[in-house]
Amino acid sequence: MADILVVAEIVDGIVKKPTLAAIAFARDAAKAAGGTFAILAVGAGLDAAAKELSACGASKVLVADDPYTKNYLAERFAPTVAAAAKGFGVVAFPAATSGKDLAPRVAAKLGAGYAPDISGFKAEGGKLSYKRPMYAGNAFGWMQVSTPVEVVSVRPTEFTAAEPTGGASAIEKVAVVQDDPAAGKIEFLSFDVVKSERPELTEAKVIVAGGRSVKEKFMDVLSPLADTLGAAIGASRAACDAGYCPTDLQVGQTGKVVAPTLYLAIGISGAIQHLAGMKGSKTIVAINKDPEAPIFQVSDYGLVADLFAVVPELTAAIKAAKA
Amino acid sequence: MKILVPLKRVADPENANKVKIAAPAGGLAPKIETTGLEWKPNPFDEYALEAALRLTENGTAVKARLGEVIVVTFGPAECDQTLRGALATGADRAIRVDVTDDQLDGDLVARALAKLVDQVKPDLVLMGKQTVDSDSNQVAQLLAAYLGWPQVTFAANIVNEDNKALKIGRVADGGQINVRVQLPAVVNVEDRVVNPKGVTSPPTPATHKYADGVRFAPLPAIMQAKKKPLEVKKLADLGVEAAPKVKYLGYEAPPARKAGVKVKTVAELVDKLKNEAKVL
Ligand SMILES: Cc1cc2nc3c(=O)[nH]c(=O)nc-3n(C[C@H](O)[C@H](O)[C@H](O)COP(=O)(O)OP(=O)(O)OC[C@H]3O[C@@H](n4cnc5c(N)ncnc54)[C@H](O)[C@@H]3O)c2cc1C
Repeated sequence: MADILVVAEIVDGIVKKPTLAAIAFARDAAKAAGGTFAILAVGAGLDAAAKELSACGASKVLVADDPYTKNYLAERFAPTVAAAAKGFGVVAFPAATSGKDLAPRVAAKLGAGYAPDISGFKAEGGKLSYKRPMYAGNAFGWMQVSTPVEVVSVRPTEFTAAEPTGGASAIEKVAVVQDDPAAGKIEFLSFDVVKSERPELTEAKVIVAGGRSVKEKFMDVLSPLADTLGAAIGASRAACDAGYCPTDLQVGQTGKVVAPTLYLAIGISGAIQHLAGMKGSKTIVAINKDPEAPIFQVSDYGLVADLFAVVPELTAAIKAAKA
Repeated sequence: MKILVPLKRVADPENANKVKIAAPAGGLAPKIETTGLEWKPNPFDEYALEAALRLTENGTAVKARLGEVIVVTFGPAECDQTLRGALATGADRAIRVDVTDDQLDGDLVARALAKLVDQVKPDLVLMGKQTVDSDSNQVAQLLAAYLGWPQVTFAANIVNEDNKALKIGRVADGGQINVRVQLPAVVNVEDRVVNPKGVTSPPTPATHKYADGVRFAPLPAIMQAKKKPLEVKKLADLGVEAAPKVKYLGYEAPPARKAGVKVKTVAELVDKLKNEAKVL
């Protein structure tokens, strides 16, 4: 078993939470297979991020800090990651926006096999096997990578975010490599950030999610309940497609994968593609007027009712219960 | 613009919960049983095909093709049906690379596509962001790397700038990242790219609004599609060997969620959440 390199996901100098799940994987996998792990930060203006990452128990934190890598583009990041990966046996990315984009490009550069979106692992005799969801979460495959270097991306909801260990890893500067011929062919223009007072979907402990049937007043109907619970708001694809809510609220196989402590599915039928994104939630509540709706098959508590009648009632009752 | 669209047939995603995994106790099943399930084109590949058609036509006069869309699939002869469907929808010609299903592997497909790109010389490879069977999301990125081309993943909207560059909004955690990419490039798409305004391409007037979703083949087109060219190639023709970099050890079913209970009132629900689940 060789050592593991975690490639942090950093936006505007801030370490994104999925990175901590990838670190947790690396820490546990290195321990199980007999190795150590290091962290690589690529970006610009990384002092604070490097400091934060150095508290996670890594053998070292490699930092490639350069204006060239200010904004994420695979063509600009992949050469640096591939160079830094030298000497490591496993390169791990969080399966988040840039990790999913970057990992295969790095794998191709390294001639490495790739295990995408892993949700678990096993170590036997120093060799890692990876578990990953397939068929919208209706099957799990166990796979091994047979190349000398292995590339993996780590599904953030399946690993508990690493906590600071109290120690401080050595921080080592590495050079940014600029040798991808495609880098001159693509230009970062802007990042349209969706502003919200609420927690990010993938980071929320409670999610109030609505479906097509919540209709045009989607936000008005769900906000009071979400506010009461300090929850993020999520949605089915049908609700997003109808334009009832911003598209980045979509939960599912092709939207966000979430696993909060409490997930309230309101007027959502429970199509397999939706379930793929939220089945891992700890407690699931479904409110639907159709007693046969498939969502009830995965919910801990089901209430057959008209959502427009019960959502305000539920909001008031939770307020009272919390008081 | 000449666009190459890779298509894969998958077991009908609406029935993915019916896949069977016969694992021995404490062990793994050697394969995922899909017999009895209907084959369909991977939905994301259909979105890519729709986007490719929109990029090579005037949306108000779709019969006159203004570019070329070539569809390619990897698989046994049964997959010709998937290609014929795409030809009926509007693709100009098709290629099938003859491989057995068990040879299929994302890296192999990417390496073979890279060779095919050398032969076909498209300006753009447009593909689905993932197949809904293996859910891997890797071929576009691998292909772009093997070609040394730029890549754009998770494209939700595409603006064609003179057939030379594309301005693309890609879905990111917390918002949308906008990039401009020079062709040739590899792009994979989200479902949203088939929204009425998902693709903007100059010959189509800005006032034109596409129907939401993918187009369906009209009946005469299904007949005509039989006359469109469909070429079969072997992996060896492409100079590619199956040399898998990963291997699947086996499969297991997801743990079943224990059946929950129905509550009758809001008061009962809140009581359960507070005192039983302890999540309030
Ligand atoms: C390739 C692919 C990918 C997909 N990816 C996703 C994904 O990532 N996420 C996703 O969510 N979907 C996804 N889908 C779509 C999915 O198949 C469903 O179409 C979608 O989830 C349905 O959304 P819905 O439950 O809001 O709507 P519907 O299925 O229309 O359900 C509405 C529900 O509301 C109930 N209802 C109606 N009125 C009321 C009322 N007054 N009170 C209470 N209940 C009421 C109905 O009984 C019904 O159960 C995908 C589909 C495909 C093909």
